[in-house]
Amino acid sequence: MRALALAVALFALAVVPAGAQEETPLPKQSWSFDGPFGTYDRAAAQRGFQVYEEVCSHCHSMNLLHYRDLEGIGYSEDEIKAIAAAQQVTDGPNDQGEMYQRPGRPSDAFVPPFANPEAARAALNGALPPDLSLIIKAREGGPDYVDGLLQGYKNPPAGMKMADNMQYNEYFTGHQIAMPPPLAGDDVKFADGTKATLTQEAHDVATFLTWASEPTMEERKFTGAKVLIFLLVMTGVLYGAKRQIWAAVH
Amino acid sequence: MAAAPQQNKIVRWIDHRLPIFTFMQHELNEYPTPRNLSYWWNFGSLSGIMLVIMIVTGVFLAMQYTPNVNMAFDSVERIMRDVNFGWLLRYLHMNGASFFFIVVYVHLFRGLYYGSYKEPRELLWMLGVVILLLMMATAFMGYVLPWGQMSFWGAKVITSLFSAIPVVGDSIVRWLWGGFSVDNPTLNRFFSLHYLLPFVIVGVVVLHLVALHQHGSNNPLGIDRKGPQDSIPFHPYYTVKDMFGLGVFLIIYAAFVFYMPNALGDPQNYVQANPMQTPLEIVPEWYFLPFYAILRSVPDILFIPAKLAGVLCLFGAIGVLFFLPWLDTSRVRSARFRPVYKWVFWLLVIDVAVLGYCGAHRPEGWFILAGRLSTLYYFVHFIILFPVIGWLERPLPLPTSIAAAVTRKGGAPLGAASPMEKH
Ligand code: HEC
Ligand code: HEM
Repeated sequence: MRALALAVALFALAVVPAGAQEETPLPKQSWSFDGPFGTYDRAAAQRGFQVYEEVCSHCHSMNLLHYRDLEGIGYSEDEIKAIAAAQQVTDGPNDQGEMYQRPGRPSDAFVPPFANPEAARAALNGALPPDLSLIIKAREGGPDYVDGLLQGYKNPPAGMKMADNMQYNEYFTGHQIAMPPPLAGDDVKFADGTKATLTQEAHDVATFLTWASEPTMEERKFTGAKVLIFLLVMTGVLYGAKRQIWAAVH
Repeated sequence: MAAAPQQNKIVRWIDHRLPIFTFMQHELNEYPTPRNLSYWWNFGSLSGIMLVIMIVTGVFLAMQYTPNVNMAFDSVERIMRDVNFGWLLRYLHMNGASFFFIVVYVHLFRGLYYGSYKEPRELLWMLGVVILLLMMATAFMGYVLPWGQMSFWGAKVITSLFSAIPVVGDSIVRWLWGGFSVDNPTLNRFFSLHYLLPFVIVGVVVLHLVALHQHGSNNPLGIDRKGPQDSIPFHPYYTVKDMFGLGVFLIIYAAFVFYMPNALGDPQNYVQANPMQTPLEIVPEWYFLPFYAILRSVPDILFIPAKLAGVLCLFGAIGVLFFLPWLDTSRVRSARFRPVYKWVFWLLVIDVAVLGYCGAHRPEGWFILAGRLSTLYYFVHFIILFPVIGWLERPLPLPTSIAAAVTRKGGAPLGAASPMEKH
């Protein structure tokens, strides 16, 4: 019967890597949030937010985030107020029954670039940029994928027919992506003086997006450590109790 | 009936009117259990604990969840982000479903190996199969609730299966959907049923336990208890053994919940459902993969079209389990004493693993053949090999008693006299 355990384990292994086939293998990056003790590198996430604000947010919404959430990557209350106030938010109706514009507040959701998907398609040759709030969890490979995608633009191989307005990208399924290369290096001037190479920007924005996908990750790992320590001690004690109680039976 | 030796006045007052303490004394303290149960016998109580964990986390999730096609996805993300420890509830529930199935599948294979479905435990086994069916329905409908891409398309594929039924199929599908496609009415009824069915499971589990306590547990030797030297009281022996097993189990479960909560899930389900965009691959959760493979492997059989044949085999794959007590013609329970069945059992384990592997891939190339052969074997195993092996096999001699087989001295009566028993 012991072999059953092995069979179950093998079965689980066999099933997990399903799906990822015949694609260019993604380079595996090292991330501050890797592993059981990994946390988000606040500086990288803030730089990533800057990239998002200045580049990606022209096309991509992040509907699940609120400006106040940025506290999670180390922005102070005042900084957040300033970031939010730089946006115009539609509010209302007021007592005249009209909608009006006002500067954003920390409690507002991130302001989307387009009012609706139709507006986005109309502006972008029919392509729809996905919301980025969960993009890291929504793609096989997560941060490695987004990092790779942003740097994966190449000339199409000879003989490949590209559709109109499509770009060749090594890591995109089918290799034809409607997003023009968003980053080329030096697209932003980082507030902390870090040099804005393409690699740096891609890595930082992927860090930011990973945080956005799962802002509670640090709390999860921290709680997990306490729970596991408790369980290990409890199980050890129970093992002792079991041995003692069963001693007479064997 | 010997009343429990309760000193406490209040306890005695209550017990006289509602014999709950006597009942517990009887079912836990006195309940005689074979002395030789291995750790494979832990998976029954683990299943029960998983059911409780699912209900508790589910009830709390339902307090924040909104069953509406426009809000469901965001409400789950709200739970993940804004509800205190909402991420914990959600990950416990999400991974809990996987671990519930792991535990129940091990429990079931344990039963297959040690012949726990045989006389006099046929109904106990059949109630277990009913629980499995209810669990599958519950998990299927639960997976629809977060309203991701796989939720939607999984629901669509599986409910559409019923359209394979001749004549009334399409009407049944519309009736299930509550409309002309998987939409808000579908989500609402799935939520309602997803809330209801676990409590139905609790009811069937109670019957399962009543049936269990009628004849007691089977054991690795598969022979009946012959006297007091063969048994020990459930408490404290098996309570402590179950608790220790629970600890080990929780460590593994917690490792997933806290450190790889999405490892068993599909990334596509973090994309909100979009009825206009079919995902490249529609795959169910891992615990349905073997059945999914059966569904997709079956070709046209005579005049039955492949789709209907697939659905019939899918239900047949679970339905056949109801008949095992009669398909197995061997009188010997434990595979330990069945030199042929002992090996054939592992063929089934491998077969189900191959089915699962095929289920995760499109039926293309050699997956078609592998899927078909493993589907065929699944049914041959139960319908042909079970009776035939029972007839032809010559079992090994059975030990005279449990105690004789498992103790050095042949076993002195134990239990009532054990020091832990004295209050
Ligand atoms: C000019 C508009 C535009 C800008 C700026 C832009 N994107 Fe995109 N993006 C798109 C469009 C359009 C798509 C959809 C592509 C498709 O489906 O073919 C897309 C798709 C994506 C995807 C999803 C790819 C997939 O696997 O489906 C990611 C990730 C992404 N963008 C990240 C970014 C990041 C990070 C930035 C900022 C550095 C950015 N984008 C800037 C237009 C843009
Ligand atoms: C047999 C026990 C149960 C099983 C196997 C089960 C299974 C599942 C599954 C697989 C999901 C999808 C998880 C995901 O991918 O997000 C889910 C979601 C959900 N379940 Fe259950 N469940 C059970 C009991 C319950 C109970 C008793 C309730 C309520 C009282 C409940 C409430 C919910 C809610 C509200 C959701 C949606 C939130 C979410 O997706 O995380 N569940 N369930």
